[in-house]
Amino acid sequence: MAHTTVEHAADAAAFIQNQERTRWHDQALWFVRAKRDKAARAVPEWEQLRALAGQIKRHTLAHLADYLLQFEEQALRHGAQVHWARNADEHNQIVLEILQRHLVRKVVKSKSMLTEECHLNPYLERHGIEVVDTDLGERIMQLRQEPPSHIVLPAIHIKKEEVGQTFHTHLGTQADATDPNYLAEAARGHLREKFMAAAAGITGVNFAVAETGGVVVCTNEGNADIGVALPPLHIASVGIEKLIPRWADLAIFTRLLARNATGQPVTAYTSHFHGPIPGGELHLVLVDNGRTTLRAHDVFRESLCCIRCGACLNTCPVYRRSGGHSYHATIPGPIGSVLNAAHDPRTYYSLPYACSLCGSCADVCPVKIPLDQQLLYLRGTIAGAKHLPLAKRLLMKLTSFVMQRTWLYTFAGRLARWWLPKLPRFLVYNRLNAWGKQREIPAFPKKSFRELYQNRQRHGQ
Amino acid sequence: MDSKHDILNTLRRDPVPDTGLPALDGPWLTFEQPLDQFREVLAAVGGQSLVAAHEGDLPHALAQLPSFRAAQRVWSLVPPVASVGRDWTTVTDPHELEVLDYCVAPGALGVAENAAVWIAHPTVPHRAALFLAQHLVLVVPGRSLVHTMHEAYARIPPGQTSFGLFISGPSKTADIEQALVIGAHGPRSLTVVLTGTDFPASRFSP
Ligand code: SF4
Ligand code: SF4
Repeated sequence: MAHTTVEHAADAAAFIQNQERTRWHDQALWFVRAKRDKAARAVPEWEQLRALAGQIKRHTLAHLADYLLQFEEQALRHGAQVHWARNADEHNQIVLEILQRHLVRKVVKSKSMLTEECHLNPYLERHGIEVVDTDLGERIMQLRQEPPSHIVLPAIHIKKEEVGQTFHTHLGTQADATDPNYLAEAARGHLREKFMAAAAGITGVNFAVAETGGVVVCTNEGNADIGVALPPLHIASVGIEKLIPRWADLAIFTRLLARNATGQPVTAYTSHFHGPIPGGELHLVLVDNGRTTLRAHDVFRESLCCIRCGACLNTCPVYRRSGGHSYHATIPGPIGSVLNAAHDPRTYYSLPYACSLCGSCADVCPVKIPLDQQLLYLRGTIAGAKHLPLAKRLLMKLTSFVMQRTWLYTFAGRLARWWLPKLPRFLVYNRLNAWGKQREIPAFPKKSFRELYQNRQRHGQ
Repeated sequence: MDSKHDILNTLRRDPVPDTGLPALDGPWLTFEQPLDQFREVLAAVGGQSLVAAHEGDLPHALAQLPSFRAAQRVWSLVPPVASVGRDWTTVTDPHELEVLDYCVAPGALGVAENAAVWIAHPTVPHRAALFLAQHLVLVVPGRSLVHTMHEAYARIPPGQTSFGLFISGPSKTADIEQALVIGAHGPRSLTVVLTGTDFPASRFSP
C-alpha cells in the first residue's frame, strides 16, 4: 500500500489561490505578533524571564521521573486520582473508563492540544458519549467538522461570514449574520445549555506543579472553569512535559504565556486545581505518547520545553501565508514541523522545508527553543534517510556536486547568465521549477559578483 | 510492566544533562503607583474599577452601576453588600446559580502588572458563582496590591486550597475574526472595588 505523505507545498498552493484571503490571514497573524512585541517590550526583565523559563524547563526534563513522582504524591495527598498512559490509546481508554463508571453521556471539554493529539473526541463519540468543545474557536471548528488551524486561535482562518453560515445551520441564527457580538452571544446561549447538561468536564493543563501536585489551566473565555465547576467530575489530560518544579515558577510562566501568545498581560482566568471540587472527583491522566522518545534525543529534547503559546506560528512567514491546514498535523507551524517530522519523518518529510530559515520563530519563543536549527537538522536527517521525492533528491545531489567544485559553479553561472534570458518562457516557467511559481526570475546581471569583485581588485575601482 | 513504571524506567534509562534549577530573585518590575497601574491595566483588559475608602461605602459605590441597581438576583459574599433574590447560602446544586445577575466576592490580592485578582476556595462556597453570574464584582483591599506575579505567588500559600484563581478582566473571546467580544461564557462585566486608604503607593519607589 502506498504511504500517504504530507505535501506542504501542494496544500499551500491551494491556500494561496485566494490571494485576498491569504493577505488577510497573513495580516491577522502579524497583528497578533505586533501586540506580542508591545507587551514584551513593556516588561524590562523580559529576556531574563525567557532565559529562566528555558532553564526551568530544561532542568525539569533532566529530572522528569523524580518530578513526576513528586507531583503524583502531592496530587494524591489532595485527593486527586492519578493515571499514567504510555500512548494515545491508553489515554483514551482511561478517560472512557472513568466516564463509563460514572454513567456519563455528555461531556464538555476545554482546549487541550493533547486530547486533539490523542483523537479523544472521535473515540468517545464512537462509544456513545457526546463531547462538546467549549472554546468558541474550537466549537466553530467542531460544528464545521474541520480541525483547528492554530493552537491558540483555532478558527483564525475562518471569516465571520463563514461563522455566520455555520451558526445559521447549527444554532439557528439569522441567515447572513456577520456581527461578531451577535454570533458570540448565540454561541454563549448554546454553550450554556451544554454546560448545564454535562456530567463531566475535561480540560487540558498548561502547567503541572511538582511541589504542590496542582494543575494550572489558563483561558480567556472562562470555559474551562464553567465546565469543571458544575459537574462533580473533572478529568485533566496532562502531557508529562507540562511539569514545572516549584509553585514560584508559575510566576515566570504566567508572565510570559499570555503576553507572548496574544499580547495580553495575563489570561483572563488562571485557575489552580489542587484536588477535586467538594464532593467530586479529579482525575489527572499523565500521558507520554512519544514524549520520552523525544526527550532521549539530544536535539529534539528542546521541543518538549514548548508552552504552546503559538507565537512561532504567528510570526512565521510560511505559516502566515500557507495556513495551518497545509501542515496536516494537530500542531502546525514551526513547532509542529519539528514535532511531527521528528516523530514521523516519512509522513512529514516536507514540513522542515516549509521554512525559509529566517529564525523569527526562535526569536519569539518564550522558552528559547532553537526551532530554525531543529528544522535545518531535520532536513539533514530526512535527506539522509531518503524520505525526499526522487526529483528533489537528484536536484540536491546535483547542486551539492556543483557547489563543491568552484570551476563548475563559475562555469554554470556564466552559462546561465548567457543562456537563460534567451530561453523561451515555457522552458523556464514550468512544472519542474517550483521557484518560478508566482515569481519572475530577476533580470540576470551581465557579470557575476565574483567577476565584479575581481575587476574591482584589479582596477581599484 | 504497568504504564507508570514503564514511563519512569524509560525516563531513568535515558539520562539528560542538567543545567540546574535557577533561583528566581529578580529584580522584577515595580511601579511608582501600583494603584494607578492596576486600574489602567484593568480598563485595558475590559474591566472597570471603583474605590471605596471604607467597607461601609461599598453599597453606595456599587449603586453607581445601573446594572447592579437593576439586578434581581445578587449573591454577595462581602457583608456590607446585601444579597438579593433568595438565600443563596442554601444552594446545594451549583446549577441553580445560573440565574445570578451579580456575584460580589472578596479578592485576596491584586496584581498591578496585569490587573489579576486572586480568589481562593473557600471564600466562595460554590466557585460556579464566579463564572455563571452575568456580572462579577471583586472587592480587594487596596493594601493587598502587589507589583508582579512573583510577589503574588510568594504571598499565596502553595497548594493549600482545592481551587484558587486569578481573574483579570471579564470573560472574553476574539475567535470570530479577531474581533474582541466581552462576555464569552462567563461574566459580561468585571468591576473591582479597591477598598481602604492605605494603598501601597510609592512603597518601593525612591
Ligand atoms: S525559520 Fe522557518 S519556521 Fe521559523 S519563522 Fe522562519 S520560515 Fe518559519
Ligand atoms: S515553540 Fe516556543 S513559540 Fe512556538 S508555541 Fe512553543 S513555546 Fe510558543
